[in-house]
Amino acid sequence: MSNFSLSNLMTRQDVLGFVVLALILLVVLPLSLDVMRLNQVGKYLSFAFVTVGLVLCWGYGGILSLGQGVFYGLGGYALAMFLKLEASSPENTSIQSTPGIPDFMDWNQITELPWLWEPFHSFGFSLLAILLVPTVLAYLIGFAMFKRRVSGVYFAIITQAISSILTILIIGQQGYTGGVNGITDLQTLMGWSIRTDYASYVFYFVGVALLFVCLFIAQFITKSKLGRILVAMRGQEDRVRFSGYDVANFKIFVFCVGAAFAAVGGAMFTLQEKFMSPSFVGIVPSIEMVIFCAVGGRLSILGAVYGALLVNVFRTVLGESFPELWLFAMGLLFVGVVLAFPDGLAGVYQKYAAPTVDRFLDKAPLFRRWPSSTSHSEPIKAS
Amino acid sequence: MSAATARATNTDFVLAVEGLTVSFEGFKAVDDLSFYVDEKEIRVIIGPNGAGKTTVLDLICGRTKATEGSVKFRNKELTTLNEHEIVRAGVGRKFQTPSIYEDLTVFENLELCYPRGRNVFGALFFKRDQKVINKVRETAEMVNLLDQIEDSADLLSHGKKQWLEIGMLLIQDPALLMLDEPVAGMSVTERQQTAELLRRITADRSVIVIEHDMQFVAEIADHVTVMHQGKILAEGTAEKVKQDPKVIEVYLGH
Ligand SMILES: Nc1ncnc2c1ncn2[C@@H]1O[C@H](COP(=O)(O)OP(=O)(O)OP(=O)(O)O)[C@@H](O)[C@H]1O
Ligand SMILES: [Mg+2]
Repeated sequence: MSNFSLSNLMTRQDVLGFVVLALILLVVLPLSLDVMRLNQVGKYLSFAFVTVGLVLCWGYGGILSLGQGVFYGLGGYALAMFLKLEASSPENTSIQSTPGIPDFMDWNQITELPWLWEPFHSFGFSLLAILLVPTVLAYLIGFAMFKRRVSGVYFAIITQAISSILTILIIGQQGYTGGVNGITDLQTLMGWSIRTDYASYVFYFVGVALLFVCLFIAQFITKSKLGRILVAMRGQEDRVRFSGYDVANFKIFVFCVGAAFAAVGGAMFTLQEKFMSPSFVGIVPSIEMVIFCAVGGRLSILGAVYGALLVNVFRTVLGESFPELWLFAMGLLFVGVVLAFPDGLAGVYQKYAAPTVDRFLDKAPLFRRWPSSTSHSEPIKAS
Repeated sequence: MSAATARATNTDFVLAVEGLTVSFEGFKAVDDLSFYVDEKEIRVIIGPNGAGKTTVLDLICGRTKATEGSVKFRNKELTTLNEHEIVRAGVGRKFQTPSIYEDLTVFENLELCYPRGRNVFGALFFKRDQKVINKVRETAEMVNLLDQIEDSADLLSHGKKQWLEIGMLLIQDPALLMLDEPVAGMSVTERQQTAELLRRITADRSVIVIEHDMQFVAEIADHVTVMHQGKILAEGTAEKVKQDPKVIEVYLGH
């Protein structure tokens, strides 16, 4: 079982990175920010789920998806539908012409809950739907595209088309989806108000915990042979086939994982912002997520978290004073990063800070014995 | 029943290529080609540039789909299979330009080709056990790369990249090994070492080699097939082929 030991899964730099991130998210930020700001950080972190998935798909597998908003949105909508039904009990909606259905349906002269909404009365079903609907969709898209060997720019364009189709569908089918305003006025989760400060704290910590689950899964994948196959595929897709692998299956897998991560992020967004709308599904948010990932470093799962956090902090600061500058700044940021720091913040850290940190770790009692790389210096000795 | 089909049903052949044709927008790069490779035979394909040699290997290993004809490997039709299925059936292929995984180390390159954990979950939970490690090291030693096993593959010299690729094939233990110009671009000493290596690895399998170096060809070949314009011009022992006037005219003459 030595292969699954922690020192094979993480280098000491990885361990340090995970610990530092955990300290920042679990101790420093909660102690230094008021609940409103912390809630905002929680929202930024919901994008980190997407960017971590993008590290796997794009950074490792070379699959650029410009449609991650689809999965983020579907995850968010699945939870929003459950919460909306709970908020639309017959008592709460007694003034409507049809009580017991969501308000926007009533405004659109719908008199009966659509069948698609029925199962979302169940919390268990809704949780499953958060994960499964986006993952199954990703599987279908992946199967249709990758088995036909659609890749690169063509794949990116198709994912973009899918995200605009979904946006149009949501906006067009107002009576069933809440249209352009999305699903709003979410109040309680199983009878428990989601609008208290206490709830905000709970959701923040749940979000961080789930993010770490995703980070560990991502770490496991990148350190497995599957991770190395992805890297190999990125450069020499054809050659990987001649090593006996069905390349399409690996792409489908990693695309599904990215979709599932994004869906969890979307659901966390719904919980913390108390609404979900098509503005998180379309092309623009999908591209923004790729930019967060590029800024953080597309080869670093921890970098991806910082990318999502920092770009959003930057957006909030800039947006509060000069909202019209934001899109410009975003474009510049992307071009700047791609040209100057192709490996993003993580690349800058690797180049300038990592050697110093490593020297420091050589002296630290806790880390001294921990291998500085997961390469096989120990295990590959013949026996 | 023609003589050719009678031969094809003979299960002794490792590879039976019959009537193989591929046309690229009307241009027949390989034209009605038939040949047979025996168990443990070393077959060398020679011919001028553009004769269609590489394309034949592409057709056998599934990289290019045949327009017509059949390729049977141990009586199993290959033309309908995907690349990875052909590899799993036991056919290994080395490309004309070294094609290795530059972002990975020598060890990881070899390990990736080790025939285990080839589906998604097998790869995810693949365990680097002592058996794998020993096999990788043994293979690295065979291709003279044991000293550089920890190095990133992109740091290897051109010749060593060729060896690494040969190692990546060996670890798959294919019954049919296809090598496209394995000594091209190598220094004289590297050439000698490669010839030596090929002699060792060809001992217990069938091999198809594409090569231009006639001296090298004469040294290793059991049979030589000369291709020209997508067709077979001559076939036989290296000695016989060398004296064939048609071969001298289109290939050896210059
Ligand atoms: N995918 C393709 N599309 C169109 N033409 C092709 C394709 N592949 C090969 N050809 C053509 O088929 C012919 C045979 O090419 P091939 O690479 O098989 O030659 P070769 O015998 O390997 O030559 P060399 O000794 O230079 O490697 C060439 O004229 C080439 O341009
Ligand atoms: Mg060639």
